[in-house]
Amino acid sequence: MIFGLPVISVTIWLPIIFGVLVLATGNDKNAPLARMLALAGGVLGFLVTLPLYTGFDITTSDMQFEEMHSWINRFNIHYHLGVDGISMLFILLNSLFTLIVVLAGWKVIEKRVAQYMAAFLIMSGIVNGVFAALDSVLFYVFWEAMLIPMFIIIGVWGGPNRVYAAMKFFLYTLLGSLLMLVALIYLYNLSGGSFEILDFHDLVIPMQAQILIFIAFFFAFAVKVPMFPVHTWLPDAHVEAPTGGSVVLAAIMLKVGAYGFLRFSLPITPDASHKLAGVMIALSLIAIVYIGLVALKQSDMKKLVAYSSISHMGFVTLGIFIFNTYGVEGALLQMLSHGFVAGALFLCIGVLYDRVHSREISAYGGVANRMPVFAAFFMLFAMANSGLPGTSAFVGEFMVIMGAVKVNFWYAFAAASTLVFGAAYTLWMYKRVIFGAVANHHVAELADITPREKLIFAVLAIFVLGMGVYPLPFGEILHVSVNDLLLHVAHSKLTN
Amino acid sequence: MDIQTLYLLVPLAPLLGAILAGLFGKWLGRKWSHRITIALVGVSLYASVQIFRSVLDGHSFDGPVYTWLTSGGISFHVGFLIDRLTVTMMLVVTSVSLMVHIYTIGYMEEDPGYQRFFSYISLFTFSMLMLVMANNFMQLFFGWEAVGLVSYLLIGFWYTRPTAIYANLKAFLVNRVGDFGFLLGIALVLMVFGSLNYADVFANVASHANDLAPIAGMHVNLITAICILLFIGAMGKSAQFPLHVWLPDSMEGPTPISALIHAATMVTAGIFMVARMSPMFEFSETALSFVMIIGAITALFMGFLGIIQNDIKRVIAYSTLSQLGYMTVALGASAYSAAIFHLMTHAFFKALLFLAAGSVIIAMHHDQDIRNMGGLRKYMPTTWITSLIGSLALIGTPFFSGFYSKDSIIEAVEYSHLPGHTIAYIAVVAGVFVTAFYSFRMYFLVFHGEERFGKAHAPHHPGAHDDRHAKETAHPSADTGQAEHHGLAPGQKPHESRWVVTLPLVLLAIPSVVIGYFAIEPMLFGGYFKDAIYVSAEHGKVLHEMREEFHGALGMAARSLLSLPFLLALAGVAMSWFFYMKRPDIPAAIQKRFQWIYTVLDNKYYFDRFNDWFFAGGARGASLFLAKFGDKFLIDGLLVNGTAGMVGKISGIVRRFQTGYIYHYAFTMITGVFVLLTIRNWFE
Repeated sequence: MIFGLPVISVTIWLPIIFGVLVLATGNDKNAPLARMLALAGGVLGFLVTLPLYTGFDITTSDMQFEEMHSWINRFNIHYHLGVDGISMLFILLNSLFTLIVVLAGWKVIEKRVAQYMAAFLIMSGIVNGVFAALDSVLFYVFWEAMLIPMFIIIGVWGGPNRVYAAMKFFLYTLLGSLLMLVALIYLYNLSGGSFEILDFHDLVIPMQAQILIFIAFFFAFAVKVPMFPVHTWLPDAHVEAPTGGSVVLAAIMLKVGAYGFLRFSLPITPDASHKLAGVMIALSLIAIVYIGLVALKQSDMKKLVAYSSISHMGFVTLGIFIFNTYGVEGALLQMLSHGFVAGALFLCIGVLYDRVHSREISAYGGVANRMPVFAAFFMLFAMANSGLPGTSAFVGEFMVIMGAVKVNFWYAFAAASTLVFGAAYTLWMYKRVIFGAVANHHVAELADITPREKLIFAVLAIFVLGMGVYPLPFGEILHVSVNDLLLHVAHSKLTN
Repeated sequence: MDIQTLYLLVPLAPLLGAILAGLFGKWLGRKWSHRITIALVGVSLYASVQIFRSVLDGHSFDGPVYTWLTSGGISFHVGFLIDRLTVTMMLVVTSVSLMVHIYTIGYMEEDPGYQRFFSYISLFTFSMLMLVMANNFMQLFFGWEAVGLVSYLLIGFWYTRPTAIYANLKAFLVNRVGDFGFLLGIALVLMVFGSLNYADVFANVASHANDLAPIAGMHVNLITAICILLFIGAMGKSAQFPLHVWLPDSMEGPTPISALIHAATMVTAGIFMVARMSPMFEFSETALSFVMIIGAITALFMGFLGIIQNDIKRVIAYSTLSQLGYMTVALGASAYSAAIFHLMTHAFFKALLFLAAGSVIIAMHHDQDIRNMGGLRKYMPTTWITSLIGSLALIGTPFFSGFYSKDSIIEAVEYSHLPGHTIAYIAVVAGVFVTAFYSFRMYFLVFHGEERFGKAHAPHHPGAHDDRHAKETAHPSADTGQAEHHGLAPGQKPHESRWVVTLPLVLLAIPSVVIGYFAIEPMLFGGYFKDAIYVSAEHGKVLHEMREEFHGALGMAARSLLSLPFLLALAGVAMSWFFYMKRPDIPAAIQKRFQWIYTVLDNKYYFDRFNDWFFAGGARGASLFLAKFGDKFLIDGLLVNGTAGMVGKISGIVRRFQTGYIYHYAFTMITGVFVLLTIRNWFE
């Protein structure tokens, strides 16, 4: 409880209320006020999530901080919220990144400031709702609502080809989720009139139905992750999105897909999951190897990091579908870490883009000569993206590889190739952008990062290093919930 | 002080130094940055000595420091294993590191990245110490990758130079290829043994000795698979054929780190690791044979390349490759203690040779081509004498440290019975001649003979790189403020370097001479390593036979004066003297006569070209193809936009029926009725 209000509701509605307030400041004459309000919303929005962490009980797999109110009685739909070890950390991650995005857009966004800030704050609340919703209709509402602010962010503040990218993003993800709605209604009927996700977990479902449900969920979640071959919206969306949009897209939005697999697909359709695990693992390994290769030759920095994101999310889906503790915990840790690292990398590219207005690698060279502090931060995040031990990225990749080898040595073999490819595409880009002699007059005129930018990078660096050196506090939160989930997966739902 | 606090102090002191110099370097200034880092490495060395004494008194340690992560019922720790092998490495690392820290004051004095450099070498010291002190595979991998990172940062220290940033990327990626195998080896260990702690794993190796590896489609012994995968990691880090290609290029880094990282410590991490894993390798003769043959190839063939190098640092780099090959051969022969012994003596004399080369480079104003040197002994007596000591140690002159360690390796191979030991024996014995030849070729060309410096020389020779300055001049480099200088101006004379440079030379020269004499008996025959190194009864025969032959260090040296290796070394020195001092026309004639051999050697057996073409080029080509064809054409073009386009087309057609004009609808209706009636009539 915060001031007598339930914690999760506050984490959802506080940012949304602030978003509306920011929106109310109107046009750009009031931009300074909009910024201050947005900052206040970002800071408060992050602070109110902290009780979730401090008050979290790591000994139970039950939902915590639960809230339950009836919402649409006719269909037995509830406003039901709660978190467990699988979802809790993502609410914190999301709220942290909202604050970071507000700070990152502080000076850069000069047009329609209020709308920009408001879009992020509102989205923050909605995403928290996605992670906390325990009623599937509520989940679906948040899930679809999440698209709208992001659609606007890309479509309004994006690059020259923003309309194509925004439409592609919107249609791709919308089509996927429609099938999910069908599956939810089927489950509602099967359960005898409940939309409760936890009730779905206990349903007995015949194999054929399980497979259809699995496929329906697959389209919704795989598009969001994104998994190969439904990934092509992501590079376009990233390239056209403004920096803040890319950051939230990479750090948060990709995680809801993987979260969906863990919350819906695995426990509701365990038999279908087992049956189709081979396909899922194959798609994950293709993502790791194929996309890793595709990333190598990208000439656009944002596209390169976007492809690298897809490749890293391949580890997440691989970890999920090998159904062992190392794999699933590794997948969750990888999701968290990827949030920090990919978010930080997009911010790095944003810093360069703000100054030179190009995302092309060839437009740079020798940036270290003019921006040594920036180069140091960028080095850290690039190394993290290469999975260097001591950074957060290593933890998840290490665990997933350890889990994969248990299932099949060659899975681990293919996954471990990221050690080479990941380093190759990241460090080759780094080399061409940062090292070398000053390449042109744009680079010669660069000024190093400002204290505001330093603050943002320092916060992310602390998380990247902290989680790399001491991941135990993060891991502990997962154990009980992941064990419970794996019990569900091991237990056939074909009969009682 | 509590001994466990000392354990922590050893790695954490240099880490603190790295953080202070790295984050607050500007504020601390040059003087305080080097004072602090040097003092803290000194603390680390002091603590290592104390720990060494306590270990000699029988106080080993194996325990966790903190729990890194728990998962699936297993705890992953960061923890220390302090035994005799560990302390030996700790002493080598901290002492060489201290020398290099001091030397850097002189070598880097004009460099704008002074504090950054001190930060990096302290960070390296921390990483290397974490690597050797680990009590589990995970931390080993941490240290393993961390030293790779610092190596990357330091090779590319002068980041404006294209050659340096090419070399550091290459080094990192080639090492990553090794680490790829290493990590899979670790994964198999965790899977089979259910733990990553050395103690748990080693205790259970015997019970898994005949298991098959859980690798689908392959019937290999489990221990063999694990050992070879781990050794692939060692091949990357210790630059063994065919993953050796990064080490010569790493010479683009400043000379102090060539001494510290690319000669004395980091590149020996693979040797250390295999010795540490001896309880595993002992169970797989296949893996040991593999190790021995790879080592033998490296020892001999990399030596050949040293003969034709003209860059002073590259000559020493190839000799490092070759010596690492010797250590690897020793590992393969189950003479782990001999490998560590050679690792230790090599650390001292090779660091000495590199630092002396650095001193020469300073004197020559950053011209590294040995053809432009000559007669330097008159001008730089300390560098001259210490270089001579280092070279004598390297070629295995009796009574010098290198003699004891290298001769032990040769003997061990001689007594080995593993498949491949004959080839290995031939390689290591022939290698003695090659080593002596290229070492003294360099020595004579640098310190003796005609003074060839100070001439208005032609734009410099291919293969010889200036150690400090960006070659490109189109843009001002980061280190502006320094005059561009290549070599001595006409008439200018070289002079001896400052005391901060020569002092480490002298301090390293002492162990280069004496440490072999004092250490051979305890290390090889006195059971110094105790249970830190395990040798099976069968393989133990090698050392046993050597012990039978051994009658004191002096006797060993005296007896060797008539042995084949010594005669070969002597011949090598004599021939280099004859070729390069007496009749310089002969090597030129040979080069002409055997042009094709020279070309092969000059191209380093075409490895770099092949890798560039096949791996780098192949990956880029595949990337382009997959991006263009797979993602752009197939998925996005045909599937995504194709679907969108199809929907668009169909809707475009269907739309025409929905115009909203009554007369269109009426016309359609009438036409429809007419068509239907016609069809009906037709069938009747």
